[in-house]
Amino acid sequence: MPKNTDFEPVILGFLCNWCSYRAADLAGTARIHYAPNMRPIRVMCSGRVDPQFVLKALREGADGVLIAGCHPGECHYVNGNIKTLRRFLLLRKMLEQLGLEPQRVQLVWASASEGKQLAEAVNRMTEEIRALGPLRWPEFLARETTSEATMEAA
Amino acid sequence: MQHKPQEKPRIGVYICHCGTNIAGTVDVEEVARWAGELEGVVVARDYKFMCSSLGQDLIENDIKEKKLNRIVVAACSPLMHEKTFRGACQKAGLNPYFFEMANIREHDAWATDDKTAATFKAKALVEGAVNRVKFHMPLEPIPVDINPNTLVVGGGIAGITAALELANAGYHVYLVERSPSIGGHMAQLDKTFPTLDCSACILTPKMVDVGQHENITLLAYSEVEAVEGYLGNFTITVRKKARHVNEDLCTGCGICIEKCPRKVIDTEFEAGLGYRKVIYRPFPQAVPKYPVIDTENCTFFQRGKCRACQIFCPTKAIDFDQEDELITFQVGNIIIATGYDLFDARRIPQYGYGRLANVFTSLEFERMVNAAGPTGGRIVLRDGVTEPRSVAIIHCVGSRDKNYHEYCSKICCMYSLKFAHLVRERLPDAEVYNFYIDIRAPGKGYEEFYHRVLHEGAHLIRGRVAEVTDAAREPGEEGKLIVQVEDTLIGKQRRIPVDMVILSAGIEARKDSKEVAQLFKMGCDFDGFFVERHPKLDPVATMTEGVFIAGCAQGPKDIPDTVAQGAAAAARVAGLIHQGTVLMEPVRAYIHEDLCSGCRICNNLCPYNAIVFHEDRQKSEVITALCQGCGTCVAACPSGVISGAHFTNDQIFAQIEGVLWDVRAKATAPS
Amino acid sequence: MPNRYAYYPGCSLEKNARAYHISTLYVAEKLGVALEEVPDWNCCGATEYFAIAALPAYALVARNLALAQGMDWNGGQRHLVAPCSACFLNLSKTDHYMADSPQLAAQVNEALAAGGLHYDPGAVFVHHLLDVIVDDVGYEKVQEMVTKPLFGLRVAPYYGCLVTRPDYKHIHNEPEHPFCLDDLLAALGATVIDYPVKTACCGGHMTQISEDTALELIRRLLKAAADYRADAIVALCPMCQLNLDGYQAQVNKHFGTDYHIPILYFTQVMGLAFGATPEEIGIGKEFVDARPVLNKIQEKPPEEGKKRRKKRRDKQALPMPELLRTHTGRK
Repeated sequence: MPKNTDFEPVILGFLCNWCSYRAADLAGTARIHYAPNMRPIRVMCSGRVDPQFVLKALREGADGVLIAGCHPGECHYVNGNIKTLRRFLLLRKMLEQLGLEPQRVQLVWASASEGKQLAEAVNRMTEEIRALGPLRWPEFLARETTSEATMEAA
Repeated sequence: MQHKPQEKPRIGVYICHCGTNIAGTVDVEEVARWAGELEGVVVARDYKFMCSSLGQDLIENDIKEKKLNRIVVAACSPLMHEKTFRGACQKAGLNPYFFEMANIREHDAWATDDKTAATFKAKALVEGAVNRVKFHMPLEPIPVDINPNTLVVGGGIAGITAALELANAGYHVYLVERSPSIGGHMAQLDKTFPTLDCSACILTPKMVDVGQHENITLLAYSEVEAVEGYLGNFTITVRKKARHVNEDLCTGCGICIEKCPRKVIDTEFEAGLGYRKVIYRPFPQAVPKYPVIDTENCTFFQRGKCRACQIFCPTKAIDFDQEDELITFQVGNIIIATGYDLFDARRIPQYGYGRLANVFTSLEFERMVNAAGPTGGRIVLRDGVTEPRSVAIIHCVGSRDKNYHEYCSKICCMYSLKFAHLVRERLPDAEVYNFYIDIRAPGKGYEEFYHRVLHEGAHLIRGRVAEVTDAAREPGEEGKLIVQVEDTLIGKQRRIPVDMVILSAGIEARKDSKEVAQLFKMGCDFDGFFVERHPKLDPVATMTEGVFIAGCAQGPKDIPDTVAQGAAAAARVAGLIHQGTVLMEPVRAYIHEDLCSGCRICNNLCPYNAIVFHEDRQKSEVITALCQGCGTCVAACPSGVISGAHFTNDQIFAQIEGVLWDVRAKATAPS
Repeated sequence: MPNRYAYYPGCSLEKNARAYHISTLYVAEKLGVALEEVPDWNCCGATEYFAIAALPAYALVARNLALAQGMDWNGGQRHLVAPCSACFLNLSKTDHYMADSPQLAAQVNEALAAGGLHYDPGAVFVHHLLDVIVDDVGYEKVQEMVTKPLFGLRVAPYYGCLVTRPDYKHIHNEPEHPFCLDDLLAALGATVIDYPVKTACCGGHMTQISEDTALELIRRLLKAAADYRADAIVALCPMCQLNLDGYQAQVNKHFGTDYHIPILYFTQVMGLAFGATPEEIGIGKEFVDARPVLNKIQEKPPEEGKKRRKKRRDKQALPMPELLRTHTGRK
């Protein structure tokens, strides 16, 4: 574990191949240091991010999910990011109804030249989630399944 | 719904040290040891440089000897070396798409100096890749024909060189230039360092060649408005701005310019130091030769009166009703050579440009010293008459300065020395002071030129100038500009009164370079310069296939380097054209027709209209040739029956699980 | 604009710079800037104390910051304003370095604890009065309040060395050659000269240490103003005003010059344009009497354009570059 004592949030990042993945590459090349808490997964377009991916990530124990795409109007695939935005707003509404804090699932825009901005977004999100504390969905799920099993058994 | 991998995976994992780039932060041996214990991993190694031929051999041998069927390399960004390692797999007989890369350099080792955290993150990224690669499928790249035409954007010396190289090789070029004539900054210069060749004399023959070449379509006073498509098949839309001169009728005689009654300050070609008519050619040798009407200042366009140019034109070529024209054509490759802007010296008010009359910029001085310029080559103060008896040349204005641009503009030292020489040549009695931080003269004959200027008697003072002021302290300073500087070689503050100050302004990216990068889908760095594919080994390619860069649009450079890049970009394009076809990533969407419910949700999502609906069978289908592989439809299909090759749900779910291995383990463990 | 500022007048404004104090209060009231004096404030240590003993100097200044932090802010952002450039610099410097060095912050707070006080770095936003008027009030609001524009009055904007530098909060685009006071004075209708020494040193306490040095520094400022035919120099700092005003006669004696350039606080100049009588804003307290200069103020703006148009463009002269921003105009 990075630091055993303090809570280190685990954030899963979906980065689009054309802008934000390159922004993260640029941040590295420019040796911009930022929170190592975000673990990136490359997708061709933020439009590829199926809401299931987000739910899956939270269910597998992530404390937050970052989706990063090209700025509106700058999508490599014309307007995939606009579709992402629509999906994201609906998804977040649903997650809010489940009691999830909105800071845990965030959508940011970062162009290929905005390594610094992406790094700042990761830092900001890490701190926001650190303040919220761990999410612990898998634990709750495990507990619930056990209690259901006990109820059924009873 | 998650499937099982189809065959029993035998995975090889390779952790790259990248010298100390990765190994300095990530404990690569520990990551390799740990990866070796992952399910399905047959062999896990760490190695100094995986991209070296020895590193690749390692993979090839393991594939053959250990019967590996999946490969994971944890190294730099896949944008850097995915191709390299896929090639290694292919050489060993493995389908290259059974390969996955984990980016532990840019995204990890370089982004933190916390070694524990970096090692931990590396493990997560490696497990993600290992999990993902189990679900990879063999794919075949899609062959694409290369259209032999090329678009060159920018008609400076870089664009001219690239266009001529390709045209001479027999390929057709569309050369698009924003201003009314090609020539770029080089056309404005007087002499070129260090040989003191006359800039116009060496440039104009090339401009004429461009204008006359049968393989070049010159679109001057035009701008690229839209770019669609991909390597081999770009569709370009160019806006040809209205010159208000009919090019078919105009002979370029120049009578209209002569008769035009209105003069305005020429802030472009003459850098604000001279005037031009409202109907004008930027300079006499302009290519193309047709004039253009500056409608913002034209009396006719503003007040509906005058028409002098129209009345006197012998061929009736003036056309006040001419409108912008949109031209569309197809090309296979694009070369961007959009050049640079000069740093705006007014941003440093303590140097007085714009406030103090006798402070000039380097470009103003180039025009002044040019025999064809506003003063006919005489070096004079702002009054147009008085010759300066002393001239200060301030280096690094806007460069090597954290407040403006941290980088070195590369050309200013040399052109400042050239100025010193030219002042001494024209005004032998004038004192010349060069204020520099360091003299950077790395080039053939450059250092020798520096010595020559020293011997000619220019005073070189090492120190960054604090201010240029007209506030005299001593009687000897009255009426002069005083340069306040710390002479760092003698360790003293000095005040040097002079008549004229030249600010050697640096190079900066074009103001709209970010928009241009967006238009052509290229990367652009913090400073606005376009990003090359590799800073050392691939300096003229970009991350976008089929788009190349040359000249100062990529970063500050002098004329020889710019010409070399123009020719290099042309050679890269010629190579692709000669190949005829290239292989494209097979990342495409596919609808499993027997499972499709015909809901049509995907139909409208596709930005390329690549999804058609078959009314008869009530099913949707992706036209592979049109699909670009973004995956938006894949994410939207409510039945989950669209699969995005190489980015399938199975692959991404597996990767999520892998990347989150530690928190998953914690959750399942009893707390 | 914040609805309230803690006001730190500093020692000078109590005595020799009384005119600055009363004109500040006058202008603040006109512009609706609510100032509340920090209770029981103490000296900022001026320019010397830091050179003698840094830690006690920081503690001395931090006491004022702690007092400001302790005022009743209703949970809002805390703002502190100082009209004196040296006070402003010391307050912002202390805040900056305490934030920069937790060790220093701990030591300073240990000292403050003796008096039952504590300061959290960053808790109070320290402003110079000029920045409050330029950034928070804005040129437009200032211009609205102008009832007697200063047409025809040629003023030299003098920032001094401490307001725009080192610019800890990065609020100045051009710290070496700023334009915000130029713009403010232009908004009052005055003719603002391109004062080349606008951020040069006034001599500070050199008058007490090496008089020759101080007089030379003061002479440069007066000479540049005279060369540009300024009617008055407008200052932002009691030290600058004192040196330029109080030592002007001595400069004349020392160098054989004959300068009579009144030195006004920018708040006094604003007050004049807002319709104050000279007495209301402390004019008349200065050594070089400013009242004769005030007669130059005209009813109508000088028509500079007319003169220029009459004189045809010199055919030989080369065109001047346009200024990136016209410093005589407003943003």
